Amino acid sequence: MIHKYKLCGYNVVLDVNSGGVHIVDDLTYDLLTDVKPPFSEKCPEEVVEKLSKAYKTDDIISCYEEVLEAYKEGVLFSEDDYEQYANVAVASPIKAMCLNIAHDCNLRCEYCFASTGDFGEGRKLMTYETGKKAIDFLLTHSANRENLELDFFGGEPLMNFDVVKQIVEYARSREEEYGKKFRFTITTNGMLLDDDKIDFINKEMSNVVLSIDGRKEVNDRMRKRVDGNGCYDRIIPKYRKLVDKRGDKEYYVRGTYTKYNLDFSEDVFSLVDAGFDQISVEPVVTDPCDPYALTEKDLPVIFKEYEKLMKRILDYEKTGKRFNFFHFMLDLDQGPCAIKRLRGCGCGNDYVAITPDGDIYPCHQFVGEEAYKMGNIDEGTFNYEMKSDFAKMHIYTKPDCCDCWAKFYCSGGCNANNYQYAGDTRKAHVMSCEIEKKRLECAIVLKAIRMGESADPSENE
Amino acid sequence: MKHIKTINKANLKATAAKGGCGKCQASCQSACKTSCTVANQKCER
Repeated sequence: MIHKYKLCGYNVVLDVNSGGVHIVDDLTYDLLTDVKPPFSEKCPEEVVEKLSKAYKTDDIISCYEEVLEAYKEGVLFSEDDYEQYANVAVASPIKAMCLNIAHDCNLRCEYCFASTGDFGEGRKLMTYETGKKAIDFLLTHSANRENLELDFFGGEPLMNFDVVKQIVEYARSREEEYGKKFRFTITTNGMLLDDDKIDFINKEMSNVVLSIDGRKEVNDRMRKRVDGNGCYDRIIPKYRKLVDKRGDKEYYVRGTYTKYNLDFSEDVFSLVDAGFDQISVEPVVTDPCDPYALTEKDLPVIFKEYEKLMKRILDYEKTGKRFNFFHFMLDLDQGPCAIKRLRGCGCGNDYVAITPDGDIYPCHQFVGEEAYKMGNIDEGTFNYEMKSDFAKMHIYTKPDCCDCWAKFYCSGGCNANNYQYAGDTRKAHVMSCEIEKKRLECAIVLKAIRMGESADPSENE
Repeated sequence: MKHIKTINKANLKATAAKGGCGKCQASCQSACKTSCTVANQKCER
């Protein structure tokens, strides 16, 4: 399978199964519409005849020879032989956990998937005892996995920060005995950040996600305090301080865009102007009936905006400065292995979420979905059958993914979004897919341009 | 080649045989928590 597209004057051809990426001229682009395996040694006459209306015969023939060479080399129309790996997909050790440390929040963000913090289950904070049991659960279910990940999530985790500190201390105290290394991360709205919390986070958390939507008016329209006022002015100086003191450690300022700010490249650059260089701004995923929901009608505008963002990033880089936009990051050489790409996020299999009541869910997005409750930490229950079912959740068991060119980049998307908005964990959520594909197309061209590749392949020797 | 410039030959197939060690970060734990991209993750083997 190949995927070809035109963007920014570039003709790009992806060989889906090998991961090969090619820049081609117009002739090759057109030729690839008409030829596919099995290939004959010579270009079929009808193809030469068709293309000779626009191209010279000698060029068509030499172009065909190059296509044939790439095919023989296994970087064009390569075979899909991954299903053999997918078919042996078995339950993995649990290595990552989302700890919903507080089902409470001090903001009332309009688009919150957690129903303003309590996931529809009442406002609660996790106790240290439950947190400890969650750590023990991870230690005893992680088999030979050395790197264990624990994300403090909510609600708003800073509302229960003493317990966060206690859990970190407890987990660290067990690392040596179990031969494990914990990587802590935290996602916060920043309202309660102070010097002590900043120092603790910068010391212990390998990544911190700081929520903010971009421009003040955009942020404050959705991210409101309990009294209805926006939070921008309060959080910006706190985020600046945290980032300034953080050194080289990873962080992201992370925003959500909605129908209200389809010009979200302005929000990305507003965050750049505010002094941040690790940025993620993502589409809201919600009920299409919500007034701020993104719908298929918005897609052409969203696509144009990603192209605009890409061009603005390139212009910005010409000034010698650089920032990182999460969804344009793509490592074509050293990315994850094919096995990881078959299964994606691993929710319900190597990743689970724990609520303040100790309930276990496949991930934070499933919390509150009674049908997907996997067990309870306090009661010592865990549904291994459900875990096995999630282990089999990969691109070859998702009919919409099998024939999609982006399957090895997105790995089947978000199972929870699929369930909530497409009705089935294995059914693709079309909006998410379309946006993901556009981001990937932009990311690949951005990569080519950064590598100094010309749009004309003959100039790239 | 005159017509095709291959900018990346990364052979995913080679990674399939040796892959699956599980050392890498869970993709949803990185920056997103709502939307998946796996190809922007690092292999940590």
